[in-house]
Amino acid sequence: MSEVKIIEVKRSMLDDNDKDADALRKELRERGVFLLNLMSSPGSGKTTTLIRTINALKDKIKIAVMEADIDSDVDAKKIAKETGVHSIQLHTGGMCHLDAEMTRQGIKALGGDAELVILENVGNLVCPAEFDTGASKNCMILSVPEGDDKPLKYPLMFSVCDLVLVNKIDVAPYFDFDMEACERNVKSRNKNAKVIPICAKTGDGIDKFAQWILSEIQAWKENK
Amino acid sequence: MHELGIVFHCIKQVNEIAAENNVTRVNSVTVEIGEVSTVIPYYFEDCWNWAVKKETVLKDAKIVIEQIKAVTHCEDCGKDYPTVEHGKTCPHCGSGNTYLLTGNEILIKQIEAY
Repeated sequence: MSEVKIIEVKRSMLDDNDKDADALRKELRERGVFLLNLMSSPGSGKTTTLIRTINALKDKIKIAVMEADIDSDVDAKKIAKETGVHSIQLHTGGMCHLDAEMTRQGIKALGGDAELVILENVGNLVCPAEFDTGASKNCMILSVPEGDDKPLKYPLMFSVCDLVLVNKIDVAPYFDFDMEACERNVKSRNKNAKVIPICAKTGDGIDKFAQWILSEIQAWKENK
Repeated sequence: MHELGIVFHCIKQVNEIAAENNVTRVNSVTVEIGEVSTVIPYYFEDCWNWAVKKETVLKDAKIVIEQIKAVTHCEDCGKDYPTVEHGKTCPHCGSGNTYLLTGNEILIKQIEAY
């Protein structure tokens, strides 16, 4: 039997994904595609928020959507029906997140000439935060019934997001939700994160989210 | 619950490293997992044992997990303290102006191979 060899590695297990994500970010920049990764718990209102936001933006910019779920295509169909933008469903086959390679395959399958691609990640506050998708910006939705203490419980998710949307603010009085405490908790995890309160059902705050997207795309273009 | 996804990425990289080093059989892979990395060592081990069965070079590779203690540093009083017990608030001075020093790692440390 040949001699045992010890190979010192000291490399992150997700190093390949991180590199792949950087490569994808570069490819997308060359093609002029801004990729927004939207994350949240299941039931926080991602799809409803997207429908409102896309309808507010679709005359200004060409949008396409990738819906990632473990199964079904209800979200992709709903987006297509309610907004008319091109939308595809990605199945993760049981996986609780998307990685950069899955995102690349999705972008390829999407085709077209959209300038803004929105990725609705799998509903989960843990795993999607670990895997860089290659997105230009990360955004998450925290809904009022989940509680203002979520940033304390899921630190990584809040530390990787550029924007936190606080959804369902219309029901805040019923859930003892403290908006100031929520902002403080978000900032304790990530002082650069921006917080926008919204209500996807009534459309409250959606204009601010739409404006945030447009100004981020503008800044991204100027930053070439 | 993302352990399986991380295991797949880990296996992919170990396969690449094995190929670069002309290794035909990997005996064991030692990984370092931080206490607050959100990776649960025994889930990771179960996922590993299931996933390597489908491999060739890695077929019999054992996983050795070394846990790294989570330590947080306080910027206000300058002291370090264990993260798991005290979280983000410094037990010495009560400040929240703190950052994680170690404990977030999910690293491939070394590969033992033939």
